[in-house]
Amino acid sequence: MRAKVHVFLKPGVLDVQGKAVEQALHGLGWGGVEHVRVGRTIEFDLKDAADPEAELKAMCEKLLANTVIESYRVELA
Amino acid sequence: MKAAVIVFPGSNCDRDCKVAVERSTGASVDMVWHADTDLPEGLDLIVLPGGFSYGDYLRCGAMAALSPIMAEVKAAAERGVATVGICNGFQVLCEAGLLPGALLRNERLKYVCKRVDLEVTNAQTRFTAGYGRRRRVAMTVGNGEGNFFADEPTLDRLEGEGQVVFRYLDNPNGSARDIAGIVNTRGNVLGLMPHPDRAFETELGSADGATLFQSALASA
Repeated sequence: MRAKVHVFLKPGVLDVQGKAVEQALHGLGWGGVEHVRVGRTIEFDLKDAADPEAELKAMCEKLLANTVIESYRVELA
Repeated sequence: MKAAVIVFPGSNCDRDCKVAVERSTGASVDMVWHADTDLPEGLDLIVLPGGFSYGDYLRCGAMAALSPIMAEVKAAAERGVATVGICNGFQVLCEAGLLPGALLRNERLKYVCKRVDLEVTNAQTRFTAGYGRRRRVAMTVGNGEGNFFADEPTLDRLEGEGQVVFRYLDNPNGSARDIAGIVNTRGNVLGLMPHPDRAFETELGSADGATLFQSALASA
């Protein structure tokens, strides 16, 4: 089972990196680009998980995301 | 008097912290490797130094917060041992849940390295009592992710409970409410982005950092 965890700064938390990328895209002529957020994706194989969804949630809360500032989304395939 | 500096892979102010604490207080300072599972007996002060622990992988301080020694640091902090996290050490304390909030990328994306003037917002803490009636001190900052963030209710609580210890007079990184340093509710865990370890004798431009270490050990 392959897990993908997407982590982004929460809405309302200033994403300065996203802002810089947005300005660069505007500079290249894509003026219609708005609300850029830069996040990270963490992928891994997950074996022998009795309850993969619960375990992934625990992994996100304990390490993969800092829920003070970040939200996360999990994909399992 | 006895202090310990925790050394993570990628710490780069660990030696500075040792020298700063030794020279400003006369305490003996042990260096403790992050993979150790015991702290020395009878510690009066624990220092988490600045640097780039684990190369800032994942998030600043995130991996260090899970180091084996951190279980001991948490237990010592819960027993009331004075614990100071400076710069990356502050990030580690937040990631470890010993302090509220988090440190974000600086507002203008730049690494900021300069002298900062600070207001001593609360001079009643065990770390700041030595400042007496002085309300303005100088240290330096050196950080790329020193932008303190917490949600509004948490910020209100920190201010209401006197947990904001230092504020920037000229905010260098976008920190919420100009916050440069906070303590936990019990008042024995301090995190700050400015470096007292780079301001412990006048030859360094300021000796105000020495007072912080002296206060921490005087109260032990």
